[in-house]
Amino acid sequence: MSADGNSTPLGRVRGLGSAHHGGSHWIRERLTSAALLLLGIWFVASLLLLPSLDQKTVAEWLRSASGAVPMALFVITAFVHAIDGLKAVVDDYVHDAGNNLFLNGLILFAGIGGLALALFSLAKVAFGAAA
Amino acid sequence: MSRNPDRPLSPHLTIWRWGPGMLVSILHRITGSGLSVVGLAVLTWWLWAIAAGPAAYAAFTGHATSWYGLVVLVGLTWAFWQHLLSGIRHLVMDAGAGFELRINRLFAVLTVAGALFLTALTWFFVMGVQA
Repeated sequence: MSADGNSTPLGRVRGLGSAHHGGSHWIRERLTSAALLLLGIWFVASLLLLPSLDQKTVAEWLRSASGAVPMALFVITAFVHAIDGLKAVVDDYVHDAGNNLFLNGLILFAGIGGLALALFSLAKVAFGAAA
Repeated sequence: MSRNPDRPLSPHLTIWRWGPGMLVSILHRITGSGLSVVGLAVLTWWLWAIAAGPAAYAAFTGHATSWYGLVVLVGLTWAFWQHLLSGIRHLVMDAGAGFELRINRLFAVLTVAGALFLTALTWFFVMGVQA
């Protein structure tokens, strides 16, 4: 882990720089994709199996634990996977350091902002009184 | 880093012959970006509309069931299934399998055909629920 220049080349770079974090980003992208495989199919199947998609039916569904909990997991996982995926695309095509930082910052802020709004809406429905 | 503009770049889109593997690779990025930006925006709008009440929800379904809303929703359905299937392909290839030319090509073609089939199947069920 020493960066003093006296260790081997491998020793000088381990734990430093982008490579140290690159692995965790790659792995998280794949772990969230595996989770979304289940949650995404659950989401589409649930919409198809609901007797109706009017506001009353959907709100009632999201007040139940079996609706609200997987929906919260789906929303969180989808936003994290989207932020990771868009970052991979931006890092591949936008090489200018300033533009890269601006776009990745925009993606992070918009992603976390959207996630907060979606979770607040879900919580309002889940904890709200039955109509 | 300076580059001599007279020297050729590495093989690029313009001189590659299009093949299933290449098509699926770029479709994975396009559908992923589309789902991240448009898909999550629609999902968040939908959750917000459920929480905001029947009037806001009616405004959402008004747009969602218009011709342009249906174009977006059918497009998102296709993007969902294409990204899901080519995502499975990526997970298999990340594990080091499926690189044989014939199998790789077949797998790529199957994700495109499968996504179109599942999109049609999904909307067949949607129509069935509505009718």
